[in-house]
Amino acid sequence: MSPKPATIAELARDYREGRARASDVIARTMDAIERSEPGLNAFVSTRRDKAMDEARAADAAFDEGRPVGTLAGIPIAVKDNMHIRGEPTTCASRILENYVPPYHSTAVDRLRSAGAIVVGKTNMDEFAMGSSTENSAFSPTRNPRDPERVPGGSSGGSAAAVAAGLVPAALGSDTGGSIRQPASFCGVVGLKPTYGRVSRYGLVAFGSSLDQIGPLTGSVADTARILQAIAGFDPLDSTSADVPAPDWIRELDAPVQGTKVGVPKEYFADGMDAGVAERVRAGIDRLEGLGCRIEELSLPHTEFAVATYYLICTAEASSNLARYDGVRYGLRAGGDTLQSMYRRTRMAGFGPEVKRRILLGTYALSAGYYDAYYLKAQKVRTLILEDFRKAFERVDLLVTPTTPTPAFRIGENIDDPLAMYLNDIFTTTCNLAGLPGVSVPCGRIGRLPVGMQLIGKHFDEGAVLRAAHHFEQAGGFDG
Amino acid sequence: MSVSTVRYETVIGLECHAQLRTRSKLFCSCSTAFGQAPNLNTCPVCLGLPGALPVLNRDAVVLAVRAGLALNCTIHPVSQWSRKNYFYPDLPKGYQISQYDRPFAENGHLDIEVGGETRRVRIQRIHMEEDAGKSLHEGFPGSDRHTHIDLNRSGTPLIEIVTHPDLRSAEESQEYLTRLKEILEYIDVCDGNMEEGSLRCDANVSIREPGAELGTRTELKNLNSIRFLGAAIEHEAERQAGVVEGGGRVVQETRLWNSADERTVSMRSKEEAHDYRYFPEPDLPLLVVDEPWVGELRGTLAELPAARRRRFVGEHGLSAYDAGVLTSTRALADYFESVVELCGHAKDAANWIMGDLLRLVKDDEIDLKDLSEIRLRPEMLAAMIAMIDAGTISGKIGKTVIEAMYRSGQSPESIVETQGLRQISDTGEIEKIVDAIIDANPGPAAQVRSGKAGTIGWFVGQVMKATEGRANPKSVNELLRKKLAG
Repeated sequence: MSPKPATIAELARDYREGRARASDVIARTMDAIERSEPGLNAFVSTRRDKAMDEARAADAAFDEGRPVGTLAGIPIAVKDNMHIRGEPTTCASRILENYVPPYHSTAVDRLRSAGAIVVGKTNMDEFAMGSSTENSAFSPTRNPRDPERVPGGSSGGSAAAVAAGLVPAALGSDTGGSIRQPASFCGVVGLKPTYGRVSRYGLVAFGSSLDQIGPLTGSVADTARILQAIAGFDPLDSTSADVPAPDWIRELDAPVQGTKVGVPKEYFADGMDAGVAERVRAGIDRLEGLGCRIEELSLPHTEFAVATYYLICTAEASSNLARYDGVRYGLRAGGDTLQSMYRRTRMAGFGPEVKRRILLGTYALSAGYYDAYYLKAQKVRTLILEDFRKAFERVDLLVTPTTPTPAFRIGENIDDPLAMYLNDIFTTTCNLAGLPGVSVPCGRIGRLPVGMQLIGKHFDEGAVLRAAHHFEQAGGFDG
Repeated sequence: MSVSTVRYETVIGLECHAQLRTRSKLFCSCSTAFGQAPNLNTCPVCLGLPGALPVLNRDAVVLAVRAGLALNCTIHPVSQWSRKNYFYPDLPKGYQISQYDRPFAENGHLDIEVGGETRRVRIQRIHMEEDAGKSLHEGFPGSDRHTHIDLNRSGTPLIEIVTHPDLRSAEESQEYLTRLKEILEYIDVCDGNMEEGSLRCDANVSIREPGAELGTRTELKNLNSIRFLGAAIEHEAERQAGVVEGGGRVVQETRLWNSADERTVSMRSKEEAHDYRYFPEPDLPLLVVDEPWVGELRGTLAELPAARRRRFVGEHGLSAYDAGVLTSTRALADYFESVVELCGHAKDAANWIMGDLLRLVKDDEIDLKDLSEIRLRPEMLAAMIAMIDAGTISGKIGKTVIEAMYRSGQSPESIVETQGLRQISDTGEIEKIVDAIIDANPGPAAQVRSGKAGTIGWFVGQVMKATEGRANPKSVNELLRKKLAG
């Protein structure tokens, strides 16, 4: 285990005070990433030369006393499903292995406008479909806390890169838990913002009504710093919300005393790892110790969340992934006819989990099945949202475990999709309801971190981050 | 008379796609200009690149709602976008963004006149959608082996206008399409160009014995002119009658009209029909068109052709036929009204426009929709009509002047001056010419004097010839009658 890595705040202060140079930091970062491969395999691609150019430009700005962005010179990793113009985006898929987008994603563009230096693109489950990063076409990523175990997924590369101390922060995307679950497995902070808070423009779509970009960092304060940079209305994303972004960093230290925190009983169900339950219970006690008022409540439709989620996300995915047909870009496998070209391209280009989800989603939308599956799932989604609405009439926040178990072994669930899907049991509800949720470390079982999830009202990332920050400050980094 | 028309009633419903006249596409800012180099008007959104997202073009909604209002539809305050999923090389996302179970407009109608009777064709719904690109099978190196894709049209805004099965003949269907085209052009929603595909029409056709339940329908595609629509319906009704008379059953299928062979051929059966797996488009919010906005759009809606025809008859005293011709495009009707407003002579204006101007325009193959772009401005024609009215030039000279104005764009005053076309109304001057011609033609003069009155016309012609048509014909006539009186 490497020493506790520098946070964004520490790095920024060192730059400001002339005690560190971006070119040194980036060079060290690139070296460390290289040393970590292939064991960790957190990255699909790195961009040493470009990152070094950007670092020298940042140094020049510091030297000349020019105004710099809030993230000037900060090394950041980006999940490989967001675009940087002219550089590959693979989605960890053979079908996009050689794809180079001609435009920037808004979130990455905003990060870079704030001065952040992207050091590389991180590994993930193919098209963000998975909970272990084992579905990458380019080999799994390992968990830095225990190399025999998965880092979670689908943003496993981002979580591993932060947990291994390679970068202070990374961007991930979260459709059903893909930021929070790997954050939990790797012992870092991961935030899925409110749906609409961060533009999805340039994020390769998986489940469009669920996808949201968010930060994975070593501290809650750093999560706030990244969110501050990427949040806000984007005219290029019609689902992005025109809601003002408060100063999250400043609000972190506001008191949490009297915050009403609900504990939904359905999230402490049977079959859950006893160690996880114990540590989350201890975490809840710690919140109480900070002056939060804890109250047990019920979200009665929780048990339907995973089924609902897997109908909606696969339906949307089956449509979103139709464009990978070999006609215009990406992999094309030859064929005698158009149909055979389509078939061969998609057979060769997609991995088994992606194929499984395309089939599931196609089925759920088919004539004669739509009402029973997709439409019913949408109705249940409304009920789940209604559960939350009622709960938030009584409390400010909800607290739950992030996952039912700590990180599992590589290969343990790969042949059992259902077991794999059940990893998302506590995280999909946030996506279905569009709510912000953060996972913060709340202790360990042996070497394995346990994550606690805090869920807030729509666009109330402030309350989520504030409680998480106080929680983190009270318990130390590793809980 | 054919079997089908004697024994069976043909039942037709039409689905028309109209391209909205926006400058940019439905979900991105790319140009909709026709005839550009392939794939020039494209961007990540209309190319369907990974991660690109649609943003609705408000102008398209304005045009769509205007069409809905002109067709007497209920405009829904909230409607929804849906994805229509199918694989095709010129459909870059693998789905088309359309509207499915919640279209923006429903329950309208369009009245048509057939055989002197007004028939109401009910419009079931209008929805908005984006167009696909084009597959180009020829014209490129390697076209024998490859199909090329042009995505310039991808994402172009369309509305689909669906009627109830209220039409009963090819003629009615053609009349409906003619009126629909006229309305859409009038309100600037669609340029109506069927050749370029700005307006496309599919027909659902079935036959039944009068009073019976609706028969099984076939859908006819590729009807890219009003004439083809009529021909295809007639042939299809015949074909279906033949099937039924032969003891068979009509099969529900899609059939393609082949204009070269003048027949329809089966394209795909119901079993082969796509399952489009429609579902609500998650990348777009609900389409909200609230009442104040609809009210505002209603207020800006241009007068529709039927109303304008009635007004031309009532207000300008035109015949129904003339009113029909002059309202055939909005540009022509506007032109006519501009002229009338300036000179006050509606009938003269109608005659000059329908007689001379339309002939000139037709000879030059100028589209009547582009009438506002010709050199001959309405104020020039109005000035010419005023000059005729004042006796400055003769009506005959008017024919020369209108053509000169049309060619040169010069004012009638300047043409009349520079070409010396002013009418000779000075009776003294005319008398001299009349005398000279009578003197030079003693034979014909004697004929007239001996009572052969017809020959006087010959003398009028000679005088006009000598004056290059400038002599006031009334004065010429009077003088000749006086001088040649028997």
